[in-house]
Amino acid sequence: MTKQVQQLDRVIIRFAGDSGDGMQLAGDRFTQETATFGNDLSTLPNFPAEIRAPAGTLPGVSSFQLHFADHDILTPGDAPDVLVAMNPAALKANLSDLPRGADIIANTDEFTKRNLSKVGYEASPLEDGSLSGYQLHALPITSMTVKALEGIDISRKEAERAKNMFALGLLSWLYNRPAEGTMTFLEAKFAKKPEIMEANKAAFRAGWNFGETTEAFSVQYEVKPSEMPPGIYRNITGNTALSYGLIAASRRSGLPLFLGSYPITPASDILHELAKHKRFGVRTFQAEDEIGGVGAALGAAFGGALGVSTTSGPGMVLKQETIGLAVSVELPLIICDIQRAGPSTGMPTKTEQADLLMAIYGRNGESPLAVVAPATPSDCFDIALEAVRIATKYRTPVVILSDGYLANGSEPWRIPEVAGLPKLRDEFSFSSPNEWRGDGDQPQFLPFKRDSQTLARPWAIPGTPGLEHRIGGIEKADVAGTISYDPDNHDKMVRLRQAKIDGIAADIGPLEVDDPDGDAKVLVLGWGSTFGSIGAAVRRVRVAGGKVAQAHLRHLSPFPANLGEVLTAYDKVLVPEINLGQLALILRGRYLVDVISYNRVRGLPFRAAELAGVIQDVIANV
Amino acid sequence: MSEGFHANGGHAHDGAPDPASRRPAALTLVPVADEKLTTKDFKSDQEVRWCPGCGDYAILAAFQSFLPELGIPRENLVIISGIGCSSRLPYYVDSYGMHSIHGRAPAIATGLAASRPDLSVWVITGDGDALSIGGNHLIHSLRRNINIKILLFNNRIYGLTKGQYSPTSEQGKVTKSSPVGSLDTPFNPLSLALGAEASFVARTIDSDRRHLQGVLRAAADHRGAAFVEIYQNCPIFNDDAFLPLTEPTSRDENVIRLEHGEPIRFGADKSLGLAFDNRGSLRAVDATTADEGSMLTHDAHAADPSYAFALSRLDSSDVARTPIGLLRQAPRPSYDDLMSEQIETARARGGDGDLAALLAGGDTWQVG
Repeated sequence: MTKQVQQLDRVIIRFAGDSGDGMQLAGDRFTQETATFGNDLSTLPNFPAEIRAPAGTLPGVSSFQLHFADHDILTPGDAPDVLVAMNPAALKANLSDLPRGADIIANTDEFTKRNLSKVGYEASPLEDGSLSGYQLHALPITSMTVKALEGIDISRKEAERAKNMFALGLLSWLYNRPAEGTMTFLEAKFAKKPEIMEANKAAFRAGWNFGETTEAFSVQYEVKPSEMPPGIYRNITGNTALSYGLIAASRRSGLPLFLGSYPITPASDILHELAKHKRFGVRTFQAEDEIGGVGAALGAAFGGALGVSTTSGPGMVLKQETIGLAVSVELPLIICDIQRAGPSTGMPTKTEQADLLMAIYGRNGESPLAVVAPATPSDCFDIALEAVRIATKYRTPVVILSDGYLANGSEPWRIPEVAGLPKLRDEFSFSSPNEWRGDGDQPQFLPFKRDSQTLARPWAIPGTPGLEHRIGGIEKADVAGTISYDPDNHDKMVRLRQAKIDGIAADIGPLEVDDPDGDAKVLVLGWGSTFGSIGAAVRRVRVAGGKVAQAHLRHLSPFPANLGEVLTAYDKVLVPEINLGQLALILRGRYLVDVISYNRVRGLPFRAAELAGVIQDVIANV
Repeated sequence: MSEGFHANGGHAHDGAPDPASRRPAALTLVPVADEKLTTKDFKSDQEVRWCPGCGDYAILAAFQSFLPELGIPRENLVIISGIGCSSRLPYYVDSYGMHSIHGRAPAIATGLAASRPDLSVWVITGDGDALSIGGNHLIHSLRRNINIKILLFNNRIYGLTKGQYSPTSEQGKVTKSSPVGSLDTPFNPLSLALGAEASFVARTIDSDRRHLQGVLRAAADHRGAAFVEIYQNCPIFNDDAFLPLTEPTSRDENVIRLEHGEPIRFGADKSLGLAFDNRGSLRAVDATTADEGSMLTHDAHAADPSYAFALSRLDSSDVARTPIGLLRQAPRPSYDDLMSEQIETARARGGDGDLAALLAGGDTWQVG
């Protein structure tokens, strides 16, 4: 049967089901197919913290949203065009996000009286006319899957579990996705269970064939590949990109990578990823607690390794004492805080940007350090290299503020040439005895004698003869590094530590502003993972004729040197943040500019449409 | 105890190889010193600042004069401490050192030892530092058996904060923070270490230099985590806490010196031995009348830690029957060696990591 093919420029699909329904896997595979096809894309996995929440309940709903297009896009999208709802809970939890006219593909087999009542439906929404505003495709996905797998030697329960592949097959047909990658994936994943492999492949094919033959879908859609700069691409999540960035930084700096970490959502995947790469000499240490993880990383850094610790907010709090020690002893240390909703345990699988003040200020005493934040999932790779560059060159801890959305979200990444990566090896060197000739040609080492340019102290690692020295958290005498309680020395050291961090501003390039006509009166300034949402909102405003400038901070401590000028060049500065205005607080305090703070703290990225409305309002009020 | 590198006062038994002929087990990957070092080489230019009469002076002196024996270059020695009086020690030894933060020294030392097998890493800590705020790091470093040597100076009091009761203070201790007596049941550090799967557990006393150095020597000869409790007198806040073990009138009665392979005898005229009762506890028996076969000969190498644990339970808060020496020395692979091994195995199988191949792994597609 030949079906009508309709061209679309972009589509947003959301797979939703019970935690055990395999929606993350289906979403992941659709993403890979879409990436291979050449669309630009952006994803938003959204899942409960519970591993197996009670089946069929609202808290147990797990979803995966994918936005793909024939042009470059910046966000996972606000409102799905298609919702796959594997049970009543998935429908109920997601319906409010759907615009009228959206397609709903619902698995009727799960719309039983019991499942309906679990989520408070008195009648089935598939039958009571309440979904008349949508394109409803009510399909018995489970039973069609089971029927398609007759003849394969597996239990009924195992057959039912392949229903996610049926749904994936159907969607893959509907959007004309290449299926080979998924076949290869299933073959590898279930290589040791041939029946399960066959069942999943058969379920996928059954879903595909169903789409082709059924009259329920009269149209097949096509989203042409996006025009992207030439190169080899892969799809990548923020946590994978960050892991690769750390390995690349290790190679480019010549420092062996040591990760001290304690499992915590949503950072654990970095530990998992790095634990795989022992061939790169990566040492991963799963510590007894968060403090042990960062302590070991600092110990490794003292010994000349690239010491890294990964965590999220509740672990970051615990690490701060050790980070303070790293500030005091002035050793390079990388701390990755993959932020999640707080306070306390908060919402472990939901995103937030509320650790900014803690990262910059959350230690005792005057304790300055560098803070950077990636803007997109693939930027996590570049930010890791940048963090290592700053840490090693200036001998300072550097905090990388990623978040749950960047960590698990993905996008196409043009794979960089290794030779083009920063040559971190040229940015620092270990102290050698030859540099410290003193009386009688004996080395006279001064552990806090600073480099006149960077103000970095020497990094003399154990095993270097003649440079034996002791460091610690007690205040040190300038230059000599011995214990000092001298009042003026302390004042001087406090200022020197701050000046060292401030000086990095000259080494990070100016803040670039995107202001196409140069006559906007309103600037939107963001940091971290809001880059995509803000960018998409700015585009909408511009398409509608509005004039707005956009700038995005990747360096939060220190700020780019021109930030003050940029802020004062605009009549109004809007600062959207997924917190209650933490960057805004610093900007007001430091630059005396009354920025407009816009805040939503829902555990989810901003919606572009919502932000566009906010920007329009600010423009209207200039 | 291993042959050759001897904990027993430095004298090899007849027929044993020359002590210089083999290196301490913990140091096999550490370079050998080009020249013979002396005690003086390990003294830093910093003025030692403990209270007059503090037991830390004796420990520092014993430690410094022992260090040349290691036969390693000064620069390959690293001492990491936490916070407290004892944790000042790294400043006074001319090597690499870090005076870190309260309780965290084992964690910091773990990262250093795990990434630098060419270093000899020592942790200096106290009863508050190791057993209270840093308890978690201590037990896990012992369980992992990382190649670090932990010297716990136990004075049963908080000194640096001026005299509060510590996790090893006897119950009912009257201090500034417990004016009518402390309520806490104290830790027995040796029992704790044994419960944490420590492969080397020993105890010694600050005032017995010869014994202390023998224990240090044995610790250096142990590849893995070595836990050494050193009874240390604090003359200001807990003076004479260990008097029953040092007073000539009482020490022979109380101190049980453990020597591997030797019958355990103590008491004024060595008239007492140790035997198990029918519930697995140790009790003192009259060696002159008891059946020889029922009395224990010390075996520090026993694989099962139950025996060492029973020894550790002889000690009580009133500092009566106190075993000193090596309770347990049962080698097993050290964490850092296993970590290196995993890396070597991965490289042997798949070669050194190729960054370009890593970045280009997974599903890729070409544009243009």
